[in-house]
Amino acid sequence: MQPVLVANKLSKKYGKVVALDSADLELYPGEVLGVIGDNGAGKSTLIKVLCGAVIPDSGEILLDGNKVTFTSPIEARKLGIETVYQNLALSPALSITDNMFLGREIRQKGFMGSFLKFLDKKAMADEARKRLSDLGLLTIQNINQLVETLSGGQRQGVAVARATSFGTKVVIMDEPTAALGVKESRRVLELIGEVRSRGIPIILISHNMPHVFEVADRIHIHRLGTRLCVIDPKKHEMSDAVAYMTGAKQPPKD
Amino acid sequence: MNKVSDDISKDLKDQPKFTTDIGEKDQDHHSFDLGEQTTLKKIQHFLHGNPTIVPVIILILSVIAFGFIAGGKFFSAFNLSLIVQQVTIVGILAAAQTLIILTAGIDLSVAAMMVLASVFMGKLSVEMGVPTLPAIAVGFISGIATGAFNGLLVTRLRLPPFIVTLGTWNIFFALVIFFTGSQSIRSSDIEVNAPLLHFWGERINLGGFVFTYGAFLMIGIFVFLWFLLNKTAWGRHVYAIGDDKEAAELSGIRTDRMLVSIYAVAGLVVAIGAWVSIGRVGSVSPTSFYEGNLDSITAVVIGGTSLFGGRGTIIGSLFGALIVGVFSSGLSIAGLDVLWQRFALGCLIIVAVGIDQWIRKVSA
Repeated sequence: MQPVLVANKLSKKYGKVVALDSADLELYPGEVLGVIGDNGAGKSTLIKVLCGAVIPDSGEILLDGNKVTFTSPIEARKLGIETVYQNLALSPALSITDNMFLGREIRQKGFMGSFLKFLDKKAMADEARKRLSDLGLLTIQNINQLVETLSGGQRQGVAVARATSFGTKVVIMDEPTAALGVKESRRVLELIGEVRSRGIPIILISHNMPHVFEVADRIHIHRLGTRLCVIDPKKHEMSDAVAYMTGAKQPPKD
Repeated sequence: MNKVSDDISKDLKDQPKFTTDIGEKDQDHHSFDLGEQTTLKKIQHFLHGNPTIVPVIILILSVIAFGFIAGGKFFSAFNLSLIVQQVTIVGILAAAQTLIILTAGIDLSVAAMMVLASVFMGKLSVEMGVPTLPAIAVGFISGIATGAFNGLLVTRLRLPPFIVTLGTWNIFFALVIFFTGSQSIRSSDIEVNAPLLHFWGERINLGGFVFTYGAFLMIGIFVFLWFLLNKTAWGRHVYAIGDDKEAAELSGIRTDRMLVSIYAVAGLVVAIGAWVSIGRVGSVSPTSFYEGNLDSITAVVIGGTSLFGGRGTIIGSLFGALIVGVFSSGLSIAGLDVLWQRFALGCLIIVAVGIDQWIRKVSA
């Protein structure tokens, strides 16, 4: 099976600090790939390269087998790589609809839209409602509610709905449960399952081992700037993963 | 869930069994907890959703209050229309200022920009024989250019808008003095050479209410900007940038380019104000509207727009300007010294910002 996204020997140095040392990564269709690693292992640099926020010194990225280059998250997004940032990148004082279409607004048809640039608010609200209900977030009643009135989990839901709405090929989720309480974390994990069931592969970066082990199909362990190994969460214990991550134990030979 | 148990559960969330158990039991956590709220909280929420209500209430109350204090003279058609005439220039400046403050910026240079644009209009048409319309166009270009200059300094040099516009305020003021040599362009000269510059000062009488054309133009500017802010993507992006610039950037908005365009649009609005100001004052005076910068900020703040950006309405600033007008007019008709007008205005600003802070706590 051809991977959706491949990172090939990515390297990145900050001065003398090697953040990425010819790191590889493969993401297959319909899977959740967990990415774990100790602090300073370079996983956040890896993710930033994949989402366009950092430009690598060398190495290549393949999307659906084609080499791609991008210099900003916006360019990566245009190619179908969407990122749900840890801080969610939502505007609290704007409505759910405004947030979902921020930067990709739908204009009215004809003169009103093309000349006066009026927005088609109804089309956007309908689409936003559909996206949310597709993800099982129907409980959000009012689509024109301000995002700041939503709970942390609901905001995550809006961010995920936005990330999966525009011809997305890959979703990268950075610490989606870090700021959430127990119940809300649970809901977000369900949400990840929901996105996977719709065929969109996910890269999940998290420090939370139980969460990663629960939803990931494969787990990419990052250590000292490169991929140490990829493990199957069903065949490995959490304590093993931590041991590989910290170097206390040698990784399994495939 | 109360705070203590929330904290405890956060501490425990690394334990998988615990998270699973809780999660399964609780299915309705997406519904909203609106049941137990005090009346005060409800008011807070309502105002949060409708920030323009505050200035509207203040305006109505102050009109009623001054009706009692100052008597029938305050309510005369002449006086009420005079108030509208008097706030025209500050209102237009406040409209421009609102755009900047919505982006979490501030523009201390608006009045100096306006005077500079009016100097171009007056100098070219009255003293250099340029036809009036091209002279006005040059004034508009001056407004757009000075606005964009502020925007470029803010985005390219990453300087705080307060500092940038503090600097350009002085620079624009110096340019005004340079171009005019501190000489005013007299009203009579304008009337002879470029009467079109006085156009917005023309009055019409509607059943005792006397309005200048400029007052209608001010209303028109507010309506236009309301449509721009609420019905177009550009307008939504103004709010998004003020709300959270980084989030806006990650959402695909080219925030720097947007900011320059916002400052430029504000500059154009200011330049329109320059034309109206010539009609209102009659002459072009290099030292006029020296307090216009702060007056415009006052109107915006009293109008309920947050100095922290992202929150507020353009129409609120119109009400803010009218409130200032009603206060000055009412207090002077009541025979109070100018110092008490200042005093009252000062209190009003502090109350307005206090209310804004209180409303913002809803989200916390």
